[in-house]
Amino acid sequence: MLLCLPALIPLAVIAAALVAPDREVWSHLSRFVLPEVTWTSLQLMVAVGVISGVLGTTLAWLTAMCEFPGRRFFDWALLLPLAMPAYVLAFVAVGFLDYSGPFQSWVRAWLGSSRWVPPVRSLGGAVLVLSLSLYPYVYLLARSAFLTQGRRALEAAQTLGYAPRQAAWRVGLPMARPWIAAGVALVCMETLADFGAVSVFGVNTFTTAIYRAWFGLFSIRGALQLAAVLMVFVLLAVVLERYSRAAPRFASARDGGRDQRRYPLSRLGATLACGLACGTFVVAFAAPMLQLIAWSVQRAAGDLDMRYLGFVARSLTLAGTAAVLIVSIGVLLAYIQRRAATPIASGAIRMATLGYAIPGTVLAVGILVPVIWFKNLVQAWLRGWLGSDAPALLLQGTLLTVLLAYLARFLAVGFNPVDTGLQRVTRNIDEAAVGMGVSGVALLRRVHLPLLRTSIATAAILVFVDVMKEMPITLIARPFGWDTLAVRVFEMTSEGQWERAALPAAVIVIAGLLPVALLTRRSSHVA
Amino acid sequence: MFELLTPRRWAMALCTGAVTALVCLTGCGRSSTNDLVVYSARVEDLIKPLFDRYSKETGVPVRFVTDDAAPLIERLAAEGANSPADILLTVDAGELWNAAERGLLQPVASAALHSSIPASLRDPKDRWVGLSVRARTIVYSTERVKPEQLSTYEALAEPQWRGKLCLRTSKKVYNQSLVAMLIAQHGEAKTEELVRGWVANLATDVFSSDTLLMKAIAAGQCDVGIVNTYYFGRLERDEPGLPLKLFWADQGSGGVHVNISGAGITSHAPHRAAAQKFLEWLATPEAQSLFASTNLEYPANGAVQADPAVLAWGDFKPSPMNVAQAGALQAQAVKLMDRVGYR
Repeated sequence: MLLCLPALIPLAVIAAALVAPDREVWSHLSRFVLPEVTWTSLQLMVAVGVISGVLGTTLAWLTAMCEFPGRRFFDWALLLPLAMPAYVLAFVAVGFLDYSGPFQSWVRAWLGSSRWVPPVRSLGGAVLVLSLSLYPYVYLLARSAFLTQGRRALEAAQTLGYAPRQAAWRVGLPMARPWIAAGVALVCMETLADFGAVSVFGVNTFTTAIYRAWFGLFSIRGALQLAAVLMVFVLLAVVLERYSRAAPRFASARDGGRDQRRYPLSRLGATLACGLACGTFVVAFAAPMLQLIAWSVQRAAGDLDMRYLGFVARSLTLAGTAAVLIVSIGVLLAYIQRRAATPIASGAIRMATLGYAIPGTVLAVGILVPVIWFKNLVQAWLRGWLGSDAPALLLQGTLLTVLLAYLARFLAVGFNPVDTGLQRVTRNIDEAAVGMGVSGVALLRRVHLPLLRTSIATAAILVFVDVMKEMPITLIARPFGWDTLAVRVFEMTSEGQWERAALPAAVIVIAGLLPVALLTRRSSHVA
Repeated sequence: MFELLTPRRWAMALCTGAVTALVCLTGCGRSSTNDLVVYSARVEDLIKPLFDRYSKETGVPVRFVTDDAAPLIERLAAEGANSPADILLTVDAGELWNAAERGLLQPVASAALHSSIPASLRDPKDRWVGLSVRARTIVYSTERVKPEQLSTYEALAEPQWRGKLCLRTSKKVYNQSLVAMLIAQHGEAKTEELVRGWVANLATDVFSSDTLLMKAIAAGQCDVGIVNTYYFGRLERDEPGLPLKLFWADQGSGGVHVNISGAGITSHAPHRAAAQKFLEWLATPEAQSLFASTNLEYPANGAVQADPAVLAWGDFKPSPMNVAQAGALQAQAVKLMDRVGYR
């Protein structure tokens, strides 16, 4: 429970806003804004969830279970779009595909008119870009499910008369369901919380309505209330999803996969597989990356100097520390949920992961306000006790606050993969271990952790990259001078200089991904 | 990789993390108490050269943190009397107005500021002061529009511009304050009619940036739009030769809509006197020239010349209304834009 606290406090702050609603803002928004944005948000979330779910699962199946030319490369390369912030991909896509961009200009030069080109700045455009930038969540989780499920179940299915494809459909996919669901849940939450990408597409969602109440109508209370409503919806969705798969268990006989043999695909199948992997890689990563590099060279070459070493170092430090901290807490919570779950504890853990669906800036304020409040309280108490020379407390504006806020935001990302991973570990193992006198922390350390390596690595990669990209929390909670790459992106984009933001964005991708790509490459051999 | 995640290494990594956090916990706190602290919504590239020069001239170090104004204001409000901030710097009058209304800024009686900055660019109660002027006016295609066809913001709502107008999103504060000033000038009913006309004239969905909007005009998607002049200046510099020009709106009537980038001293500023000195320095000709020209804006101090590239666009009559109106009427403007479906 205590571990959840940092994540629960900001949510409580947000929920508390419901007590005294800002009626004026509410009545305006509910009449003119909410009907449209609720419907748009729902469409957006469902479409992005479905597309990235199908794309991520298919690609994971192909790279984990099949053999086709280029598989070893795509195995890790398909993860690269993860490091491309959605708002950057959005800007690149709009810049390239919009009426004034090179694509439609060519079309007009060749065909005279580009009227038939569907509008890019639209819901459809936002769906595509968000799907392309978020599918790696599903890909990574589904991949780890396929890699750990072992071939035995599939072989058993085949001895029962299923063709390989049927076996995949009837057995492999259902066995991976919790992982796919966990991935899609992350995608949906991230979609709901997104502000940057939907703004570029001019799509109004619940999140843009929250910012409208806050920035436009100067009503932080109205904004928090909207966020609280959003939270309730997400909680409902999470509970429903949990409930729908409450009964079956998804353990595998053992953490198999070491004897992994892959299906060779037919010539046509291999071509299609390669085409899909290649297409996704190019559209979601290679092409936008080239554009970023081109912009960096044209517009931002002068910006690159020694400061960037500092930006990179600070980004990596924050992301690394946050990954270790959040995944550790994720593991502990998942373990508590498995071994000693009271309904209240489970509920608290579920609640604590909701921060991922709350728009970053709102959550940042939600955590900063109580931290500052606490600091002021202690400070006043110290002053009363020691007089005017009481030491100034340094809680806020330190890395501790930043890390607490990251925890509140990204707990879902650290927890979900580990939680689903634990389901692979059959409970018989626990009982056997307990029977042999291994329990408590030792059980976790000696039995579960080794079995959870893939899941833990998945969680760590996701948290690491998410923190590299994170902007609002870093901005408001960072100590003086702690500028990171994401802060640099903000410095450029907030004055509309998107082309110049290409440089820090490209460095985020490179600095954030090289280590990650190397790790995944090795993980496919080990796991 | 998973050798990396053996429990021992894991514990080591955790410790490293904890130590890093602790080092910073103590390390970052050891700063001199003489530093001026600025919370800035104006980005680093536009303010750091000024801060550096001030520190060099006076020996007073200036520390700053950048973010959007709204979170900075919430932070200021939460910190209360313990806030380290001396100055709040924003890129919009509405945010300063909001901070002042919430009691986060204190009045500064300064003859120097009064004499160098026009009254319309200052808070009537002296809680904040404009430091540069951002003009928002009409941009048009030189290929398809003659300047004689243009006159005022409201004329863009006339049927002759059906399918020819491009606008940026109403989410952007620049459009919110433009509509707020129109309300101040024409009243709410007439402004609602006017904005409804704009929306009816749109050639395409609203844009997320002024730059994309101007590129759309250049490419022929629409003929006219409304932009902040420094975006035009930047585009002109980056892609010279585009068939675009600025037109000064409302010259026969209310004048061009202007907003400010400005600053105020926080209510609990630890270095009030030093902060006032700094603000007064920012209003001097030397600082004004740098403040405005780094972003191709207009200096707030009327005695200072703008950048040559900016002067080339010609002279204009700015709206004489106090920019505080933009804040006072912003919520009303946002609601109006919601009602008429200006997205």
